[in-house]
This record gives sequence, structure tokens and C-alpha cells, in this order.
Amino acid sequence: MKWINENLYISPINTYIDPSKPVENAIITHGHADHAKPGHKNVLATKETINIMKIRYGENCAQNFQELTLNKTLKIDDVKITFYPAGHILGSVQVLAEYRGERINFTGDYKTKKDKTCENFEPVKCHTLVTEATFGLPVFQHPNEHNEIKKLLRSLELFPKRPHLVGVYALGKAQRIIGLLRQQRYDKEIFIHGALEKLCNYYVEEKIFLGKFLKTNLKDKKEYQGEIILAPPSAIKNVWSRKFEDPIICQASGWMSIKQRAKQSLVELPLIISDHADWNELTQYIKFTDAENVYVTHGREEAIVHWCKMNQINGLALSLSGREDEEDL
Amino acid sequence: MRGFSELIDKLLLTSSRNRKVDILCDYFKNTPDPDRGYTLAIITNGLEIKNIPISKIKEIVRENVDEELFALSYDYVGDLAETISLIWPHKENGGLPQISKMIGILQNINKSELKKKIQTFLSIANETERWGLIKLISGGLRIGVSSRLAKTTLAKFGDKKLDDIEKIWHGIDPPYENLFNWLCNSGPIPKIDLKNTFNPMMLANPIEEKDFINLDSKNFVAEWKWDGIRVQIIISDSNIKIFSRTGDDISLSFPEIKSHEKNLVILDGELLVGRNYIPMNFNSLQQRLNRKKVSLKHINDFPAFVKLYDILYLNNDDLREKNWEERRNLLENWYYKNKNEFFDLSKIINFNSWKNLTAIRKNEIIDEQHEGLMIKRKSSPYISGRPKGHWFKWKKDPKTVDAILMYAVRGHGKRSSYYSDFTFGLWDGEQISPIGKAYFGFNDNELKILDKFVRNNTIKKFGPVREVEKTFVIEVAFDSVNSSTRHKSGVALRFPRIKRLREDKPTCEVIQLCEFKSEFL
Repeated sequence: MKWINENLYISPINTYIDPSKPVENAIITHGHADHAKPGHKNVLATKETINIMKIRYGENCAQNFQELTLNKTLKIDDVKITFYPAGHILGSVQVLAEYRGERINFTGDYKTKKDKTCENFEPVKCHTLVTEATFGLPVFQHPNEHNEIKKLLRSLELFPKRPHLVGVYALGKAQRIIGLLRQQRYDKEIFIHGALEKLCNYYVEEKIFLGKFLKTNLKDKKEYQGEIILAPPSAIKNVWSRKFEDPIICQASGWMSIKQRAKQSLVELPLIISDHADWNELTQYIKFTDAENVYVTHGREEAIVHWCKMNQINGLALSLSGREDEEDL
Repeated sequence: MRGFSELIDKLLLTSSRNRKVDILCDYFKNTPDPDRGYTLAIITNGLEIKNIPISKIKEIVRENVDEELFALSYDYVGDLAETISLIWPHKENGGLPQISKMIGILQNINKSELKKKIQTFLSIANETERWGLIKLISGGLRIGVSSRLAKTTLAKFGDKKLDDIEKIWHGIDPPYENLFNWLCNSGPIPKIDLKNTFNPMMLANPIEEKDFINLDSKNFVAEWKWDGIRVQIIISDSNIKIFSRTGDDISLSFPEIKSHEKNLVILDGELLVGRNYIPMNFNSLQQRLNRKKVSLKHINDFPAFVKLYDILYLNNDDLREKNWEERRNLLENWYYKNKNEFFDLSKIINFNSWKNLTAIRKNEIIDEQHEGLMIKRKSSPYISGRPKGHWFKWKKDPKTVDAILMYAVRGHGKRSSYYSDFTFGLWDGEQISPIGKAYFGFNDNELKILDKFVRNNTIKKFGPVREVEKTFVIEVAFDSVNSSTRHKSGVALRFPRIKRLREDKPTCEVIQLCEFKSEFL
């Protein structure tokens, strides 16, 4: 790792990947707040990520934006940059950097499971893999997401009078949940907290089918009987949720596999749906890439590094700060 | 195992009592015998798998999972059953046998085949089943369902009186097919063996001075509420069984208590320690509780005896339908005939008006011996549970202390969006040391004030716990203080509740822990 360092800095072209502070040149893997920060001079990202940044931070959140299409290679001096879909959220990519014959792939956040709300993950061979490890413990084995969504629908049948308040992250998770519901032929309107509106609208602009969704308007409590309402987890914990009558608190997150965690958060119906790779995806992908070196950016690094050692791969934890648990409650 | 596992999973995540009842009812309705009976037994702690040590399970997991990865996972998850169920390779569809079969297999498992069989079970189970299986083996479900709640559910399920279920509960055994037959109206009420069966006790409701206006003092009697433990004593053929209020057989802890009575007699009373029927304090009694082996020294230092309150059976006759006066007469007769050093009558306090009783409570109470007064309606039958309008407990006035709010956690159910469980403390030198927790006593308005204070003054978060700025003083009421080795402060409050908010009071006026100890301990 001579030409990149532990801050994901590519020295030959003076460029950072997902920097946590404003820099001159930044490559942004996706629009989540812990990866995309405002205030950079030059930003290189997918069209979708750039749009999401503008929606969240304003048109002028960086001086210059440069789009790069998936699977197209951009040559900057002696470094070649190619984006491959990461399957995490709309616009998310892995960043492959090639320099003097060495291939380093930065996964950003990713999942290998299919997802109709974004481009599906594409595996890439490399010499060095810089990976996330949000769910990097063998206890995290995400179940089939369609079965999880069926749990929500079954609960609606069982409690037809109770509003189902689903805690979701505003970008990516919210739209994925709506999409999954539509795949189960749930065609009623879905209610959303105001904080989700802009991003849902943007997904629709990008031709992702979400069906009919409406912002909640808290005038009549009875109105939401038996409805699905999506909101950020913070709103569900907050005063906002008091306005619903006898709601079932649900939460869609990879952390929900841990019952004690669900219980602590007072979640009655945990939905184990994650936009991150689980333990099996993480380890299988490391094997697939044939990487000799694996650097872990954030998450449960220790276990992945240990696993690498068990498999004769060089593992190193970077423990990047400020990049933690956006799915967290 | 699937039905059982999904049931306890749902119960774990449900905090509303009514909803738990609904979930259980639904399960009993849709599950055949003997599965539902075994589940009932596990939930009410009536059945444990004792022959498989949890260390064996750990050993099996260690052989299949890298030790370091397991340690990191366990550290993160925090619960052994969950860690194992999650770390084992997942499968969507489980295939463990049903609960009744599973219990049979586990109880009869051979040591030689134990490892192989458990390993197979872990592999054919899905994640929820695996969790249920390990919970079953390790015992102690901790899903927030009490026996009382389970019985309430049974009453609702079978449309029967809870009291009738209580009366037979301790005389029936898993898988309770006779019970379910009766509940489903396809059999008679189960017969029980009186000599060995605990009968649920009659309990009292709290009362305050302002409530007396609605009660005619002529209809009531009073006696001291002794500060010991409530017991039920079953005597037959000179053999004695002693049960605690919750139905635990504690006879072995008090082997000295004897009687020559040959016929079946069931008595209700307060177990105390002391000499010449003069009780020592509660701390002394605690020396005798929860001991499997009783030394002669303990018996000599803290001899046990019983103050008799009531009689339920005499010479095989059920007296519970008779009124209190009739029962008291029969109790006194029995007592004089069978007098010995272990039995004393709880004396009746004569009073002619509530005012008179108020004075007696004020002047004659002995702090070390009495928890307060009991007031009983003369015409009341003996009804198990806590029936309204029959027996009342008039406790000693609570003690109070001003303490500093330290931590808060959100409540459950209706209160899930409010910070409503509070930890408070006193000065311990320059620091503040927590002395207890309370989650009631305040009204809705006070709760809003507390909730707002917590949200606006959080200085740290530990998972769901918020640490707040140490600026808010609350007045805490409590019944008494015991010394405790389990708490860092060295004290444990009995029945603490938040009496008043003292926003006006500066924290520097809150007392030191040592002052608190010297005043109340």
C-alpha cells in the first residue's frame, strides 16, 4: 500500500476516497452522510450520487462535480479509475484504482444480494481489497429479505387496526422497503415521514418503481389504522410517534437479528433487512477477489482480520473514524 | 419446536400485558396436547431440563466454530443462547421435533450420544428454533411472563374463574392434559392432593386514611402486619409442609417447626424469628432464608415461629367459604388445643372507630416488628389473589429522601416514547452514588417535565441509558432500607417511588450517603 495510505488517500493523483473532511479532490462511493461530506473542491462520483449530494446538501456543496459512468475507465495521470456497482443503494459504487499494474479495489459499502432499487453488485478481482465490515461477525447471517417483508404483511393481517411504524434509514433503506413491499404485491399507498420525501421522489425520477406514497399528515389518528408508515428511527423514538394510536414499532435493519438489541430499542417487530454484506458475503467476496491484502475500513474489523489470518491473507484494520453504523438506531 | 420458539420470541418482544395474553391464548387455541401443556410448564418454571449442562453446548460450539470468532461474537451479542443460535450456519426452514417430543428426547439422552445428537439438532433447526432449544436447555426464559400472567391467560382461554385455576394449580402436573380438558369443557375440574398442594393466598389491597370515609369500622377487625414472610402451613399425620407466598416449598429451611396434629389442617400466618414469640427484625430472618442446609447454630440464634392469621382447612373441611369470624373462632380453637412453641396467634386489635385505630397505629407500632396494620372485613370468605374490598394493608408512613436524578431509560408500552425509569443518587463525598431506581409515583404532568429534562440535559448515552446533568432533585419515598452487598452504595430501598419533583432545590442540599445510612439503617 505504498501509493495509497490508511486515510484512503491516492497519492499519485492527490485524491481521497470518501474523505471525512473537505479536501481538494474526492471520489465519493455513495450518498450516505458518513461517506459523502459537503465542502470538497472537486468531486468524482456517479450521476446518482452527485444528485443525492445536491439534494441533501444543496447545489453548491462542492465546487466542481464530475460524473463517471459505471464500468467506464477514467485515466487521471498514471492512475486508472473504474466504478463498479456496489449494490448498496442507488448510485453506490466500488472504486477500482490501477497504478503500475497493481489493482486496488475500494468496496465502499456493499451487498451482493439483488436489489431492485439499485444496480446489482458486480464482483471485481484485485490485488488489494479495501473493504467495509459493518456486519463482520459470524453471527450476522442476513435471512431472505422477502421472508422478512412477509412478516410485516402477516402482522398487518393479524393486527388490521394498528398502524405499523417502520424505522428505516432515509436514503436507500426506505426505498428498498417500499420496493420489496411492491414486489409482494402490496399496492396500497405507503405513508412516509417528511424526512424521506425528497429522496423517495428522486428514486422515482430515476425510474425506480415505488408505487403511491404519501407524506403523513397528523390530523386524524384513526386515518393510519392498518397502514404502513416509514420514518427515520430517530422519529420513532421521538415525540412524533406519540401521534399514532397503538402502533406496532418495526425496524428494518441488519442489527435486528439480535433480539436483545431489538428489545432494548423497544422494537416489537424486527425486520432483518440490511443493505450491507453479511458475514458470509464479506468472506466469500474476499475469497473471490484473490486479494493478497485486505484492509478493513470500518465495522467489526477484528473478526474479519482474524478470518483473513486463518485463510493466509494479510489483513489490517484501518478503523476509519466517523464511519460507523449508519443503520444503527 | 417451531411453535414454541416463535411463541417465546413474540413474547420477548411484546411489552404489553394484554397483548401477551392474546398471544398466549392464540397459542393454546392452535396447539394440541401435550405440546401446549409442556410449553405452559416451561413458561411457569414447572419443568426444567437438568441433565444437559450448558458447558456441553459450549463445547460443541467450540468444536465447530473458531474460538476467537466465537469470543468476539459473544462479546458483541452478550447472550449465550443468542450467540450460538446466530453463529451456527443458518437455514430457512427448521425441522426440530415438536416441543413435547423434544423434551422427551432431551430428558432421556445418553451421555455417550449427547454430543452427536445436540449437534444434529443445532444443524436441523432454523435460527429461532435453535434459540428456543438453547433457552429450553439452559432454563430461565426471561421473556417477561409470570406464572400469574400465564394463569390469567388460562382463565381467559377457558372462560373460567382465575380463582378456580389458582385453587388447583399447585396440585396438577405437566403436561396438564386434565387441565386443558377442563378448560375446553371436555372434562371435569382436576382433582388435587390436598396434603401436598399449596393453596394460593388471599392478599390485601393498600389503603390510606382518606379511604376510611367509605368504610364502616364496625364491619372490620385489625391486626398487626408482621414484618416477616407470609407462609402457608399444611399439617397432616404430624408432618409439616411450609410454603412461601409464591408456593415454593421452604419446609427444609425450617426443620424445627413441628406439630402433633394428625388430621389435615391448613394454616395461614407470618413466619418470623425470635424468642417467646417476640420477633427480631427482618435482617435476622434473612439469615434463615434461602439456605439449603440449616445449621444448629442458626436455629439457636434465630429460632423460627409463626404468627397465625387464618385457617383454610380443618379436619379435611374446606373453610374458605366461611366468613372471617367463623374461621377465626376455628383457628383459635385449634391453636389452644395444639399449643406449642412454634405457633402463636396474631392478636386482634380492638378499636371502636377509625380515629381510634389511627391513634393505635401511631402510638403502638414497633418499627422493627410491624410493617403496618391489616384491616379485614368480618364477613369476608378466604379468596385467593387480591380481591377488592376485603382485606386492606395500611402500611407505615413511607420515609422520604431528596435525591439527585442521574440516569433515565425509556419505559414500555404506553410509555415507550417517554423517559420514565429513573436512577437517583446521593452525595458520596464529592461524587454521586446511585441508591435506587423508580418508575412510578409521578403523575402524567410530572412525567412530561421529567421526560423533557432528560431529553434536554443528556450528557452521555450508554445504549438505551441516558446519563443526565446532575441538577434535578426529586423526593423519593420508600418503605424501608436494607443493607445490601449487591449494590455499590451498600443500601437497597424497598418499594421506592418518586413522590415529588423538587426543581426548586439545589443539589448541594442533598444529603451524603453516610448521613442517609445513619438515619435509616
